[in-house]
Amino acid sequence: MATADRVDPVHQFIVNDLVPLGRIADMKLAFQNSSLFMFVAVAIIVGLLLLGTSSRKLVPGRVQSVVELLYEFIAGTVRQVLGEEGMRFFPFVFSLFTFILTLNLLGMVPYFFTVTSQIVVTASLALLVIGVVIVVGFVKNGVGFLKLFVPHGVPIVLLPLISVIEFISFFARPVSLSLRLFGNMLAGHIVLKVFAGFIGTLGAFGFFGAIGAIAPFLMTVAITALEFLVSFLQAFVFAVLTCVYLKDALHPHH
Amino acid sequence: MDETSQPTTELTEALDHQAHGEHSNVFPPFDTEHFASQILWLAISFGLLYYLVSKVALPRIAGILEDRHDRIAWDRSEAERLKQESDDAVAAYERALAEAREKAHAIAKETTDKLSADVAAKRAVVEADLAGKLAAAEERIGTIKAEALAEVGAIASETTSAIVSTLVDIDVAKDEIDGAVAAARAS
Repeated sequence: MATADRVDPVHQFIVNDLVPLGRIADMKLAFQNSSLFMFVAVAIIVGLLLLGTSSRKLVPGRVQSVVELLYEFIAGTVRQVLGEEGMRFFPFVFSLFTFILTLNLLGMVPYFFTVTSQIVVTASLALLVIGVVIVVGFVKNGVGFLKLFVPHGVPIVLLPLISVIEFISFFARPVSLSLRLFGNMLAGHIVLKVFAGFIGTLGAFGFFGAIGAIAPFLMTVAITALEFLVSFLQAFVFAVLTCVYLKDALHPHH
Repeated sequence: MDETSQPTTELTEALDHQAHGEHSNVFPPFDTEHFASQILWLAISFGLLYYLVSKVALPRIAGILEDRHDRIAWDRSEAERLKQESDDAVAAYERALAEAREKAHAIAKETTDKLSADVAAKRAVVEADLAGKLAAAEERIGTIKAEALAEVGAIASETTSAIVSTLVDIDVAKDEIDGAVAAARAS
């Protein structure tokens, strides 16, 4: 893997098997680089949370401030969208947000694997969210949860049409939820790699090439900053949309 | 699992797949051969995270925040109580001060009144005494004066007798001298 690999913007998304585990029903199972980073993220999050709460100080230190800020930020969001009764979903939303945020930010470190750029990961998370919404909806409201697809005050003639639209829009949620995160992370990293690749390619063309490489260099810096913002924003969007969907599960009436 | 039973085949298989993955033309994120493992490890890692976060981390943070909230509420109520207490103390102090001032005034006035009455009484007594003494003295002066005046005649007679005897060396009868003195005094 020489120059060809360095400029290949897709190479960074290749999943490698670190420890092969075998096959179950024709499915290959292995501990992969993506698995490693998932556990790294879990270790970072739990480590930070435990470190920040170890001293239990009345006046918080630095790490404790960060942890408390994170807690109150997400608790505030959940409370704002779901109200006080939604606070039992707080650990779920908190886990989702911190997990996605940490995976996104880990992906920003050079040579690290971006787990959230894998469609199967984002889709699994989105399906988990929708699964929780459906289970909670039926447990809490019984058949009344289906009222979600039958909005109030719609003429009976339009009802079948509207219901079909509501039904489609409901099941489009996991698709949009997963594709949004996946697309943002994937595109961001490809763009970064492409611009960073330009620097090397142009720089190889002597003096004028090096001068020309300043522009993609500046772009790379700017996009890196942007990507940090996107990393946070996408994690936040995922968490907020989870709250919004859970609100439908708690109150299916529009 | 099966790893121990057939390590060699597994390894070659894995290497095979890795080589296959590196060179396959499938866009890596859409390479379905890795989906099962990724879902498996995602489930394990996210499950672990959810368990640790919900059972360990968040209760700890919530505990800390609650402690702080309680402590602040308690501190505030305590401060409120102490402020009330100090306000009460200040009010009581002011009241006591006013009372004491009033009392002091009363005492001062009473004392002044008593003293001035006392002084007046004493002065009256002293004045009466003095007036009595004055009267007695005047009376005594009057008597002494009268006595003195009464004796003036005798003194004058004696003096006259002495002068006469010295000047003319004759003894004049006392009656005569007395008569002459009385006549001289009468003139």
